[in-house]
Amino acid sequence: MDSWLEAHTDHSLSFSSESPPPIQWIEGWGRIGVWGKELHSTELEPASAGAALFRGLGRSYGDSSLPAGAGDVVVNTTFADRILGFDEKHLIVLAEAGCSLRELNRVFLPRGFFVPVTPGTQFVTLGGMVASDVHGKDHHVHGTIGRHVLSLRMRVADGRVLRCSREEHPDLFLATLGGMGLTGHILEVEMRMRRVPSPWIRQYSRRVDDIDEFLEALAQAAKRWPYTVGWIDCLTRGRHMGRGILLAGDWASPDEAPSSFPKPKKKINISFDFPSFILGPHTVAAFNHLYYWRHLPRERFCLTHWEDFFYPLDAIGGWNRMYGKRGFTQYQCVLPAAAGPEAPRRVLEILTKHGGASFLCVIKDCGPEGEGVLSFPMEGVSIALDIPIRGDTQELIDTLNEEVLREGGRIYLTKDRFTRREHFVEMEKRRLPRFQEIRQKWDPELRIRSAQSVRLFGDPMPSPKKADGFAFRK
Amino acid sequence: MREPRSVVLLGGTSGIGRALARKLAERGDRIVLFGRKPEELERSVQDLRVRGASKAAWVECDLRKPESFASSFDEAQKVLGFFDTVIVTAARFATQEQLERDRELLYELLTVNFTHTVLFCEEAKNRLLARGGGTLCVLSSVAGERGRKPVVFYGATKAGLSRYLEGLDHRFRQEGLRVITIKPGFVKTPMTAGLKPPPFAAEADEVAELILFAIDWGIPVLYVPLVWAPIMSVIRRLPRFVMRRFNF
Ligand SMILES: Cc1cc2nc3c(=O)[nH]c(=O)nc-3n(C[C@H](O)[C@H](O)[C@H](O)COP(=O)(O)OP(=O)(O)OC[C@H]3O[C@@H](n4cnc5c(N)ncnc54)[C@H](O)[C@@H]3O)c2cc1C
Ligand SMILES: NC(=O)c1ccc[n+]([C@@H]2O[C@H](COP(=O)([O-])OP(=O)(O)OC[C@H]3O[C@@H](n4cnc5c(N)ncnc54)[C@H](OP(=O)(O)O)[C@@H]3O)[C@@H](O)[C@H]2O)c1
Repeated sequence: MDSWLEAHTDHSLSFSSESPPPIQWIEGWGRIGVWGKELHSTELEPASAGAALFRGLGRSYGDSSLPAGAGDVVVNTTFADRILGFDEKHLIVLAEAGCSLRELNRVFLPRGFFVPVTPGTQFVTLGGMVASDVHGKDHHVHGTIGRHVLSLRMRVADGRVLRCSREEHPDLFLATLGGMGLTGHILEVEMRMRRVPSPWIRQYSRRVDDIDEFLEALAQAAKRWPYTVGWIDCLTRGRHMGRGILLAGDWASPDEAPSSFPKPKKKINISFDFPSFILGPHTVAAFNHLYYWRHLPRERFCLTHWEDFFYPLDAIGGWNRMYGKRGFTQYQCVLPAAAGPEAPRRVLEILTKHGGASFLCVIKDCGPEGEGVLSFPMEGVSIALDIPIRGDTQELIDTLNEEVLREGGRIYLTKDRFTRREHFVEMEKRRLPRFQEIRQKWDPELRIRSAQSVRLFGDPMPSPKKADGFAFRK
Repeated sequence: MREPRSVVLLGGTSGIGRALARKLAERGDRIVLFGRKPEELERSVQDLRVRGASKAAWVECDLRKPESFASSFDEAQKVLGFFDTVIVTAARFATQEQLERDRELLYELLTVNFTHTVLFCEEAKNRLLARGGGTLCVLSSVAGERGRKPVVFYGATKAGLSRYLEGLDHRFRQEGLRVITIKPGFVKTPMTAGLKPPPFAAEADEVAELILFAIDWGIPVLYVPLVWAPIMSVIRRLPRFVMRRFNF
């Protein structure tokens, strides 16, 4: 282990550019970061040799995309963004891992094609989508993105570059779907797109009074709509705990949609940190109230812009800075259907007890578990909470995790920064051994690792003497 | 309707050139990419095809080898039939410290960014003039406007290049050659990836949009993004004793 580190620290790394990148501060979307070396490269194949980790647009909230130590090199893929082919007949697209979802949408939606599955932001890369095996509002019908991925071109730890799929190296392929970049570096992704009838969305929304009604409403909507999701106001307690808005939609048919292509949405940018009082409980309570009561009629149908429907948060660039310098985290868990309809209520209760710990919660019913060895979704209810960092954040996450453990649920790694190893191992006791076995086979020395894998998977910490920088905050 | 252009683009595999090539492809222009890495060129051409290029191909051309320029242009002529627009976004960059340490690298940067770029433009100019004119668009830099501590050599090559392009424009505009000098400020591309973005750092995409505008309207000099025009007009007037104090 040590000799490998010796050989791969600093100058000895085989970089495509003349000199190794300097040590810099690298952050996840929740704005908690570490010191490390980030190499931006247009050519992933040479850049990946000797790299400890890959990262894309850094939209994972926690430490999944952060290097394990200041000596580790993480390759940023965003300059490797070419689309290498599109087979219109079979809807198969081949692209470099750094290609963003935004670019795919810009190129393909005007021609009537859309990605098979989309997360709630366009600012993600293909590689990041595969590594997190992302799900969307349509999980109950289309599953995760992994279901639509045909093959991957990868650099594995022993230096080989190879293609994997359900036929070739299936163990590597399936462990990479949702494997958080720990099985190897994804260079190219081949996946099947979807044809859509128009670029407009037919939207249905309705006001929901409490959590029980919400679960029922989601289940009903899932029967009629391919896209469903719920927004819950987390500041309301008591009888109306879990009130919010249910959103559902489908692509409009050509005869109900306007004939024009929807104009790209304007974006505003936040380029400074908000002082912490702006996003306090009072301002947010007021906002949530407004959001809820703006929806005066109980039910509403309308035609909407696809960007408004799928990516409401993208309208504000750098919205993560609204949480100020201390940053925030997201907590996302899925509770199995078997745990019953009371389980989500118990999780919300923990939250409201912590008084204003989170403002907004996104709730979604998931379909069956996919093929990815460590993918997040399972049949049940997923709950996602944005949590501003406070003194009691660790304690809150611990309490939530203990509850999730009791319910037989699990957490989403791409959002996580605070879960304790023992909780994670317990949640994943069925799947983790298989994942680690595959990792052992492809990477016995654990050369590929992240800050998260050291924290949760028990990977050895890179020895500090090799790190030529201190891990203090800027 | 605008006639589609037939474009030779040197440096289109990366950064500003990549963004520009995509815009040209998406609006239906015909393109031949020049560059030195066959595999990279092939991948970029694939990308342009998916985006709807009516014609996209590549030809090998290395700015370190001026003897290859003529045959590269011959090849482009064969592929495209003719070309009316030549764009140069290729150049080298290295930090001042690297260049002070490494003589070979310094020599390469000086020749590639100035001498060989000029020779390349001469070859392009002759061919464009032979068919009655055309557009030659070259990326220089705001770094060429004043001598500055972090870009002593790089700035010097860009200063020389800007002057050459200015002279070329004066001498041949009458004959139908439109020479366009682009002076970008800091742009977030692979060239600047290790550096900390200063204020007004731009995206390659917005810069490419402006370059396209300059090409279509024949604007002889354009600062991109536009805010660099007023900034540079101040910086050009600063007395030397002030410039000497700055570390940027
Ligand atoms: C506003 C918002 C909404 C979101 N909504 C959803 C949602 O609805 N559903 C959902 O599933 N997720 C959602 N996410 C999470 C997001 O989709 C994932 O975190 C995704 O992985 C981010 O992609 P990225 O390119 O930013 O990857 P990064 O954050 O840079 O990296 C994420 C992980 O992928 C790995 N990785 C990235 N590229 C590669 C590669 N080329 N090879 C190997 N490993 C790689 C990294 O090592 C890391 O482990 C949301 C995030 C935000 C900010
Ligand atoms: N980015 C900025 O902030 C900035 C600011 C001011 C001016 N500029 C200027 O703008 C232009 C484009 O910059 P960029 O940021 O887009 O740079 P970039 O991403 O580094 O791209 C440079 C391109 O030049 C090519 N190139 C380099 N050496 C070559 C050679 N010997 N022969 C052939 N091609 C060669 C590269 O191809 P290879 O893959 O073969 O190397 C690459 O395609 C340059 O002239 C630069 O000086 C940039």
